[in-house]
Amino acid sequence: MDIPADRKYSKEHEWAKPEADGTVLVGISFFAQDQLGDVVYIDLPKPGAKLTQFSRFGEIESVKAVSELYAPVSGEVVEANEAVAQKPELVNQAPYDSWLIRVRAANQQELNNLLDAKQYAELTATGGH
Amino acid sequence: MTDTPLKHTPLHAAHVRLGARMVQFAGYDMPVQYEGILAEARAVRTGVGMFDVSHMGRFMVEGDDARALLDYVHTAAIGEGMETGRSRYGLFCNEQGGIIDDGIIYRREPRAFLVIANAANAATVWAWLERWHRERFPSLRMTDITDAVAMIAVQGPKAIELVRSISNLDPERLKPFRIGDIAIQGGKVMAARTGYTGEDGVELMPSSEDAEWLWELLRSKGAVPCGLGARDTLRLEAALPLHGNDIDASTNPIEAGLDRFVQLDAPSCSGVPVLRQVVEKGPERKLIGFRTLAKGALPRPHSNIIKDGAVIGQVTSGGYSPTLDANIGLGYVPAAFAEPGTPLQIDVRGRLVDAEIVTLPFYKRPR
Repeated sequence: MDIPADRKYSKEHEWAKPEADGTVLVGISFFAQDQLGDVVYIDLPKPGAKLTQFSRFGEIESVKAVSELYAPVSGEVVEANEAVAQKPELVNQAPYDSWLIRVRAANQQELNNLLDAKQYAELTATGGH
Repeated sequence: MTDTPLKHTPLHAAHVRLGARMVQFAGYDMPVQYEGILAEARAVRTGVGMFDVSHMGRFMVEGDDARALLDYVHTAAIGEGMETGRSRYGLFCNEQGGIIDDGIIYRREPRAFLVIANAANAATVWAWLERWHRERFPSLRMTDITDAVAMIAVQGPKAIELVRSISNLDPERLKPFRIGDIAIQGGKVMAARTGYTGEDGVELMPSSEDAEWLWELLRSKGAVPCGLGARDTLRLEAALPLHGNDIDASTNPIEAGLDRFVQLDAPSCSGVPVLRQVVEKGPERKLIGFRTLAKGALPRPHSNIIKDGAVIGQVTSGGYSPTLDANIGLGYVPAAFAEPGTPLQIDVRGRLVDAEIVTLPFYKRPR
């Protein structure tokens, strides 16, 4: 699976994609959904919730396991993707199109703390640890 | 974690070749999933899936005292009455009525029985049988055939049809819970009409050397490889207990709702006297099934069960049921609160999820 180069990645396997309007879309990587298996529940924060980079912002649950979601950037949640919350299998089907939350980033410079596609490919090639 | 190397079943290489995700289970390196748990569970409910269950313990007990030993340790009371070629599910209980393991005993010959134990309990069951053999039932021989014989569970509404297409299986003779030998392309394979999914099917026990050949033959006919993940999902839907989760040595078959597998008039079963008392007094707690009212976070083992704000029990198995498209679980509650329709809450990592006790099983296959 190709890793899109239009966004950044955390070591916890979230992606952060800066949008033209200055917000950042957040989702999980192909590797993350593959590790989780069939996703059946996603717990997302409500609009207005404040996020801190690398802190927990929600939960994603597959048939077999629960995993915490970590914010790749600090900021305020503008929108949670209800379509994905209602149909969690979308995360398995199209992880890079299925954003979970839209964030108004407090500081776009934080994106520099994340991995680019090439670095993330290297991380996951070694098993993700 | 220990440094003991993981054991492999004869199908290990086949699993790796298929790209299965492997996990450690009962000392074995086993496939938890191939394509995905939900797709595999669906294959078993609508077509045919197959599972490598070679990790389960398989013991032959043969000789003049074989039947008496098994009637001493197992609640099904095979007695003189169970015919050759038949089998019975029951519990291996200790003298306190606690469940050492659950398992099926198959009568292969008048004085020869096949015992199948859970992988995690195989050594315990073997030691338990051996102890009573030594102390009370000298005239028998026990043989561990776990490594010599593989086991592939072929399960689903089309399982019998598929196995018939490659063998001389006669489903009118090999009825549910029967065991016999069938010929698959000239080779003799032990086959039992049993399983752990709530579907019809057979468990095929070829020699370890033939396991991979049979697995690939079944696959070429359309059997979908399924891992332990789907197996757990399917058995939970069918409300088949999992030893170590829903039953163990601290639970008895009566409170676990397995009373129909205990012959209370069995003259010689060591666990029965205590179980008779449990039945007379009535069990203090009962294993119930619940369904959450809305989808959401999944109830998992050890989640607290709450009634009117008070913790009354714990979830022993729980998860998502793809067949019902609902979250379900099993757990023990005081007998007074065990009626279907009783409202409950499940504490799922701090969230209180509304649920209701339902009649078991959650899923029953159409006949």
